[in-house]
Amino acid sequence: MSDTVIYAMYDDDEVLKDGAKKLVSKGVKVSEVFSPFPIHGIDPIIGIKNTRLGIMAFIYGLTGLTLATIGMRYFMIVDWPMNIGGKPSFSYIENILSFIPISFEFTVLCAAHGMAITYLLLNKTLPGMPASNPDPRTTDDKFVIELRTSENTKYSAKDLEKMLKETGMIEIDQREIK
Amino acid sequence: MEFKITSKAKTVTTVLMVVGLLASILGIVMNAGDHHLFTRIMANGLVNSFFFFSLGLGALFFLALQYATETGWYASVKRVIEGIAGFLPYGIGFLVLVLGVLSLTHGGHIYTWMDPETVKHDAIIQGKSAYLNLPFFWVRTIAYLATYYLFWTGFRKRSLEEDRVGGTEIHFKNYKRGALFLVFFAVFSSTSSWDWLMSIDVHWFSTLFGWYTFAGMWCSTMVVLVITILYLKKLGYLPKVNDSHIHDIGKWTFATSFLWSYLWFSQFMLIWYANIGEEVAYYMARIENFQILYFSMFVINFAFPMLILMSRDAKRNAGILTLVGLIILAGHWLDVYIMVSAGSLGANAHIGLLELGMVVLMLGLFIRVVLMNLTKAPLTPVNHPFLDESVHHEI
Repeated sequence: MSDTVIYAMYDDDEVLKDGAKKLVSKGVKVSEVFSPFPIHGIDPIIGIKNTRLGIMAFIYGLTGLTLATIGMRYFMIVDWPMNIGGKPSFSYIENILSFIPISFEFTVLCAAHGMAITYLLLNKTLPGMPASNPDPRTTDDKFVIELRTSENTKYSAKDLEKMLKETGMIEIDQREIK
Repeated sequence: MEFKITSKAKTVTTVLMVVGLLASILGIVMNAGDHHLFTRIMANGLVNSFFFFSLGLGALFFLALQYATETGWYASVKRVIEGIAGFLPYGIGFLVLVLGVLSLTHGGHIYTWMDPETVKHDAIIQGKSAYLNLPFFWVRTIAYLATYYLFWTGFRKRSLEEDRVGGTEIHFKNYKRGALFLVFFAVFSSTSSWDWLMSIDVHWFSTLFGWYTFAGMWCSTMVVLVITILYLKKLGYLPKVNDSHIHDIGKWTFATSFLWSYLWFSQFMLIWYANIGEEVAYYMARIENFQILYFSMFVINFAFPMLILMSRDAKRNAGILTLVGLIILAGHWLDVYIMVSAGSLGANAHIGLLELGMVVLMLGLFIRVVLMNLTKAPLTPVNHPFLDESVHHEI
């Protein structure tokens, strides 16, 4: 199915926010907004759901904690018990205090790396991935709203363009996607 | 909007104070004849005067921190912070009273280094007496309290003046004074906790004790702040304070709980690992007489906020925040209680009518004073330069 994508460019994030509000109130679905920085408060306007990255961070952290515990128990208790500082080393639970710093560090390491990689992967911005923003200026000082006709069957591309032009945008662009 | 104390709040705080006073007197009468009674009264006096003083001081520190970092979001809750910091003069009064009585009674078995007879037979205290002696102790105590008090009156005066005058001149003056306060506070918060709390276990020392005490103070203050804001919002005040502000203070509660646990654990683990007699003595005193209280206190102050306040929704839920906050607050009071009691009363310490009565009395007074302070100025500052930013705070 062919799809017409319309990009409207703004030079101020507040103007874009007001424009998006106007469009949404008319029942237009905004499929994406490109910005050089996070625009606070845009998420509820264009109907983006809360991120579930936090839940993933918790799971990554739990994975790290488990791996660290299994690893240290094997290294320090099972495989090669060592006597450090006169503490008997035949029990993990009795020496748990000395294992806490590493458990903590490894939990943080796994949570942070897991979260960063997931974030980059979800946004398709891992190093080497092709850029998906419509205009390189959105990485500098411009902001872009993206509309798709396939998501706005109520309106034609012409109607959408007309509505966009009333919102204080500075440039408009249209592409056909097959 | 001007705040007025509801008659319900007046009744509740009065009842708290009266019940607390009666319970304290009853506790004293019931224990009359017990030769530990005086130490017990003074130890509890020290616990409560320090704990509630530290709530006011924590708020003053938090205010100075916002000034020094030129923060915007806090502007609409600034008056609540000031209301809590306004307990400082009362806290100073109680602390001076307790420390004064202890100084006049040779330390009252709490500060053994104040007793010349004990010092004569104790080589370790003699080695410390260049620092731990009565005149120098009072020089320091007065220096801390006077500095805190002067900064507090200055901040408050300029805050009220800003409401009338506006402009940015006062803002930049606050910025400089806030930074200066933090410099003093960085040193004083450590040394004052050595003087008032660490010197109870006079043979023992820990270099991170000051930060540990400070982290507990900060965490308790954040709890009091969020509960006060939720209370005011429930009454329909503070319309400009939104979920994001409450979420932010919830985050502070969460983060400072972690800071406190981190420092508690650092101190505990290093001493456990090194296993040196002089250092371990501190924890032996706690494990022998306060084992359940001491470790459950750690669980309350660490695991509880960590697991419950971790999610975003919990930090925006008034019910959860209040419940968790009250439990952490009790946990931190318990922390101060054990800090004082383990080194002074040891096996003779127990939480009875006297202890509970004094807390309830001080709590009633504290709430009343904070509410009274809130009535004295508009709840939202009028001309704060960052007010607009704060109103649009959104995270």
